[in-house]
Amino acid sequence: MPLPEGLYGVMAEFESPTDLVIAAKAAYGAGYRRMDCYTPYPVEEAAEAIGFHRDEVSMVCLLGGLMGLAAMFALETWISVWAYPLNIAGRPYYSWPAFVVPAYEWTILWSGLSAAFGMLALNGLPKPYHPVFNAPNFRNGASSDKFFLCLESTDPRFDAAEARSFLEAQRPLSVVEVEY
Amino acid sequence: MATKDAPVNNPMLDPVTGEYRVIAPGHTFKSVTEKVSRIVLTSHTPLGWWFGFVLAGGFVCMLLTAVTWLFLKGVGIWAITMPVAWGFAIINFVWWIGIGHAGTLISAILLLFKQGWRNSINRFAEAMTIFAVVCAGMFPLIHVGRPWLGYWLFPYPSTMNYWPQFRSPLLWDVFAVSTYATISVVFWYMGMIPDLGTLRDRSTSRLGQFVYGLLSVGWRGSVRHWVRYETASLLLAGLATPLVLSVHSVISLDFSVALLPGWHTTIFPPYFVAGAIYSGFAMVLTLAIPIRKFYHLEDLITIRHIDNMAKVMLATGLIVAYGYSTEVFMSWYSASHWEYFMMWNRMFGAMGWSYWVLITCNIALPQLMWLRKFRVNVGLMFLMSLIVNTGMWFERFVIVVTSLTRDYLPSSWGTYRATKWDYMTFAGTLGLFTFLFFLFVRFLPMIPMSELRLMLPQAKVREKHEPLPEAGD
Repeated sequence: MPLPEGLYGVMAEFESPTDLVIAAKAAYGAGYRRMDCYTPYPVEEAAEAIGFHRDEVSMVCLLGGLMGLAAMFALETWISVWAYPLNIAGRPYYSWPAFVVPAYEWTILWSGLSAAFGMLALNGLPKPYHPVFNAPNFRNGASSDKFFLCLESTDPRFDAAEARSFLEAQRPLSVVEVEY
Repeated sequence: MATKDAPVNNPMLDPVTGEYRVIAPGHTFKSVTEKVSRIVLTSHTPLGWWFGFVLAGGFVCMLLTAVTWLFLKGVGIWAITMPVAWGFAIINFVWWIGIGHAGTLISAILLLFKQGWRNSINRFAEAMTIFAVVCAGMFPLIHVGRPWLGYWLFPYPSTMNYWPQFRSPLLWDVFAVSTYATISVVFWYMGMIPDLGTLRDRSTSRLGQFVYGLLSVGWRGSVRHWVRYETASLLLAGLATPLVLSVHSVISLDFSVALLPGWHTTIFPPYFVAGAIYSGFAMVLTLAIPIRKFYHLEDLITIRHIDNMAKVMLATGLIVAYGYSTEVFMSWYSASHWEYFMMWNRMFGAMGWSYWVLITCNIALPQLMWLRKFRVNVGLMFLMSLIVNTGMWFERFVIVVTSLTRDYLPSSWGTYRATKWDYMTFAGTLGLFTFLFFLFVRFLPMIPMSELRLMLPQAKVREKHEPLPEAGD
């Protein structure tokens, strides 16, 4: 796969989450869609401002949990009834109340693993390299105390000069261009 | 530190509520980041750290010695005989796994209840959980006699064509504890990813950048990622809550499914869980009090945290007291000769002293925590945390030893006296726990920076632009 080249986007740095959310709303209102905000802690308002409302992590988690439940209960039943039937103090081979406990634990195990790894997969992580890290001020601020809005060049509405002047009107600390 | 009679202008007191603050005033995003990441990224390791690390390392060596000798000679070097076939191994197993419970409680249940004060202590409480589970998990494994065959506990297609027996609580334990360990590690690591990103960006050494870069999986703080991350944390918290309640319940079933007097009782699951949380909070205090002093974190782990944890201990301690009194009541109310004798023997028999140690440490002394003056005194609270942990250890000792040494048939009565290998193994796990904890505070962010930022007043999004920053605050 050829590496993309050229301009990834134009990125503005803000001092406060309020400034970021106001700028993000303005950008969405101006018709930009391919954009992202970068913040040092979760800012839900910013996600809403750029039109990101729904995530699928809960669904992945539910499916994982149901899978764990079914897998363990089926395994227990198969082992205890068909594969290796043991007479334990005259209890029935299919003594389902005893099977509930491991099945319950596996429900939690698989839904937990699905939530965590599902979250990473949906986020496209691990991804050690990303163009936004090329912005000179990004690493100093995005994981500490500054807020960023990046308008991406793949947006059909994108024009480098226009995006820059748009962002400069939003009271940023600075606006930089981000290369791939 | 201030007491109740502190002047009104004490900055650590909230002027409106009169409560101690969760975080000292005047902190900014930058200052909390600096404060926490400096502990990890400094090239100057404090001398005190080395001292504690080497000391704990010595205990780990002792553990290795004890375990090596155990593997060479077998479990006969321990004091276990009939009728006490488990002895220290199960006492320590239950004690350690109980300690782990507070970590999950703080990180999961208090998150669901939106208890903001938990944020500064949840990371190392979770770390404590994991290290306690490591210590706990070791005991059943080395107790099985041939630990290299420990994998026989898992259902796998073997050439011998046999499968485990799913009606036994001991097998439920395998699934409960292994799930607990896995979910705790995942929850802990996932919570750390954004902070590892911060460390990657702030580290000045090549090695630091590389290692933290790998561990942070390229976290860049995109708000889309944050939304999914928040959902996943909430889901994990929701899952860890029933998990933590089930783990100690399942462990208590190891006892209560048996027909032994003093074990065969339905109060065990809830009272084991309360006891677990009780000892776990005590251990969090045992760890937090020296750490906040040593690393000067009084701004972030404030008297408010200590006060709140004391209140949780008081509440869970009372549940435990209720459990003990139910046991005493039931031994009378059951009208069973065996139950009655068990309780008499527990209180006044050969090992009766251990019951009174337990009552003193777990019920009598902790009542001092009703006093606010006591709760906000850091030194006394440290002492109290040690007392409660001792008491909880004795609880397991009493349950295991007094019941087993005096069961139905006087001809099978016996006694129990731990050998030096028992003590070395137990002290060794204390060393291992401390050793792992020292590594953790040195190399990983022990306070979640992203969650602290969220607690600051300037983290809120307002309707309108704020005035442009001038004084640099």
